[in-house]
Amino acid sequence: MDFTIALLGASFLLSLVALLVFIASLSKGLLRTSKRDAEVIFGDDEVGLAEDPAAGAGAGRLQASIESASGAMPHAAMSEELLLERREIDRSSVRVVWLALTLAMFWLVFGSFAGLTSALKMHWPDWLTQWAALGFGRLRPLHLNVINYGWASLAGVGIAFWMLPRLLRTPLRGEYFAIAGVLLWSFGVFCGAVALLAGYSAGLEWLEFPFPIPLLLVIAGGLMAVPLLKTLAARKVHHLYVSVWYMGAALFWFPVLYLVANVPGVHFGVQQAAMNWWFGHNVLGLWFTPLGLAAAYYFIPKVLGRPIYSYNLSLLGFWTLAFFYSQVGGHHLIGGPLPSWLITLSIVQSVMMAVPVITVAINQHMTVVGRFDALRHSPTLRFVVLGAMLYTLTSLQGSMEALRSINAVTHFTHYTVAHAHLGMYGFFTMIMFGAIYFVMPRVTEYEWPYPRLITAHFWLSSIGIGIYFVSLTIGGWLQGKAMLDAERPFMDSVLLTIPYLYGRSIGGTLMTLGHLIFAVHFSIVALRLGPKRVGAVQLAEREALANAQ
Amino acid sequence: MHSERKLVTGAMLILAFATAALVVLPYLQLHKLQAPEGLKPYSEQELRGRAVYIASGCIYCHSQQPRDAALGPDASRGWGRASVPADYVYDRPHLLGTMRTGPDLFNIGVRQPSVDWHLGHLYQPRAYVPGSIMPAYPYMFLIKQAAAAGDKTVSVPPPYAPAEGVIVAGQDALDLTAYLLALDRSYPVYRDRIAPVQAAAETDQPAAAAPAP
Repeated sequence: MDFTIALLGASFLLSLVALLVFIASLSKGLLRTSKRDAEVIFGDDEVGLAEDPAAGAGAGRLQASIESASGAMPHAAMSEELLLERREIDRSSVRVVWLALTLAMFWLVFGSFAGLTSALKMHWPDWLTQWAALGFGRLRPLHLNVINYGWASLAGVGIAFWMLPRLLRTPLRGEYFAIAGVLLWSFGVFCGAVALLAGYSAGLEWLEFPFPIPLLLVIAGGLMAVPLLKTLAARKVHHLYVSVWYMGAALFWFPVLYLVANVPGVHFGVQQAAMNWWFGHNVLGLWFTPLGLAAAYYFIPKVLGRPIYSYNLSLLGFWTLAFFYSQVGGHHLIGGPLPSWLITLSIVQSVMMAVPVITVAINQHMTVVGRFDALRHSPTLRFVVLGAMLYTLTSLQGSMEALRSINAVTHFTHYTVAHAHLGMYGFFTMIMFGAIYFVMPRVTEYEWPYPRLITAHFWLSSIGIGIYFVSLTIGGWLQGKAMLDAERPFMDSVLLTIPYLYGRSIGGTLMTLGHLIFAVHFSIVALRLGPKRVGAVQLAEREALANAQ
Repeated sequence: MHSERKLVTGAMLILAFATAALVVLPYLQLHKLQAPEGLKPYSEQELRGRAVYIASGCIYCHSQQPRDAALGPDASRGWGRASVPADYVYDRPHLLGTMRTGPDLFNIGVRQPSVDWHLGHLYQPRAYVPGSIMPAYPYMFLIKQAAAAGDKTVSVPPPYAPAEGVIVAGQDALDLTAYLLALDRSYPVYRDRIAPVQAAAETDQPAAAAPAP
């Protein structure tokens, strides 16, 4: 018992010291940050100009909309010089971004079908049982790994490589390292997918890829950090925008996380369970969340032509996210056979996550407030703002779920699955969709040819995740309540979920349909097929310029 | 490059701190843990069965961690006493699980000690548990005209039995069943003992609770 108290005391003191150190080191920076730092994503006089290459014919209406909300900025204009600089910068990352996003799209479609098949199998348990490779127990981890490492990671990295030169105002350096990293990463995912289908799994959730396949991803992650460092060294901006902090840290965090988690022969029993969820939640908190927030912190202000609400808050949010999020993993093991100090530590830090979440919420939502009309004209903004809202929702829900009283009901149920999808889909994937709609026309210099497909994709995805989340949240809660009731037989908790499992399949079907539409539309742009509409893409800035004058 | 250094140093320090708390400390605290007297290492066949359990993804619906009575009626469902870290010393990888779409299996060998029940249930769960949504595993079995010497035949109730021939259990089904039967943690343990055995022996009380059948 003394050992436990000593550990608790030590970790408390350490947290306190660490927090003080970071507050101290920040306070310098915090006092120095100015409006100028938040405006580093804009060129001279560019504030007040909307930018959304996906808006197509609506670009003029988007500009008019933000002007009627905040008043026209008389000097807002894009100089010829800036236009040329942008074009050079955007072109520097074209090959690696195209490659990463195209591979990500492939994994999105593949992973969606793996997920949908798993969902259907939950209520049709005798469907496709003749082949081991198509069993629920293989498709479910296939879905998780392909979506997270294939789709989400490659989309996040692709968008990061596109934003990086823009944020540092210099062309991307070390492009070949980036390309090699992306190819090796995707090859690793491919090997992992084949291994899982063949029944070779490491057996740990989120870490199913068997050794040595994870090494491919670690090396690929290391390769991708090279262009980051080289471009940073050549930067032409006075200040590193908050998105760079998030992306930079994430690219360093992931290889370390994945390497420690996959060291063979060290982890065992209950200690391995602690490590498993240290990784499982850090890959969300220190890899996907920073990549998603980096995109939201860039695209929301950029589309609206307006710096974020409070730049100081965004930096506070970064450090508190890093500190609190990295220790929440133990909340997956509440009630389990682990040292209680570990679980308590994780519950405390899960609740503390409210701090970074609220800073992000204030910042991103206050930037949009009063400009909701722009959502009608900007497809990018529609996806990204919805994603940012769901980030707030899923994070606060996560903090609540870590409380023992709520966890006692929701642990071991579909409620957790609903929460996970609200995070990875509602938050992360939505933001990536929006970012891809923005980026692809810049990458290919070719406009999205069918705006209606974007609308269809948006509604299928958002209604789909809505049905998915509501079904499993209600079903999971009832399932948990039934399991806690000693008077009710266990089978009650199974039977009562079946209508909600059908609901999940319906939601999943809509999402998959949305992805198919998106993939078709994406292919048309990526290969420059279909009706040629390139005018507005290149001229969006000029058009806005003309409107502003 | 001042900001870059601050960023990378800060980010890595934070990660190191979290790793110390959630990976290194549990390792130091638990790595000398000894198995309870009643817990045997898995046999070769049980380990093969454990590999089938992993390859078939059983973990995605079944936990192996009965909770304390304060958190849920796990013990009264017959899932056994609350588990302790020492129960898992032979578990590589750990299979604690995070879902209970199906029941906890930490003591399934106590609850269902019949080989025939397990084989039939793997072949067609709904023949034994009406309304079950567990997948059937027909690919782990063979349908033969007649059983050969040494074949383990499986009998399932008529609507689920094949029209002709007999069901013979494949090696994976036999191994998996052996593993499931080995899941028996009805031996007594010291509830509070997470540190090495010598550390705090004087205060420990054996907290034995055999799971209800």
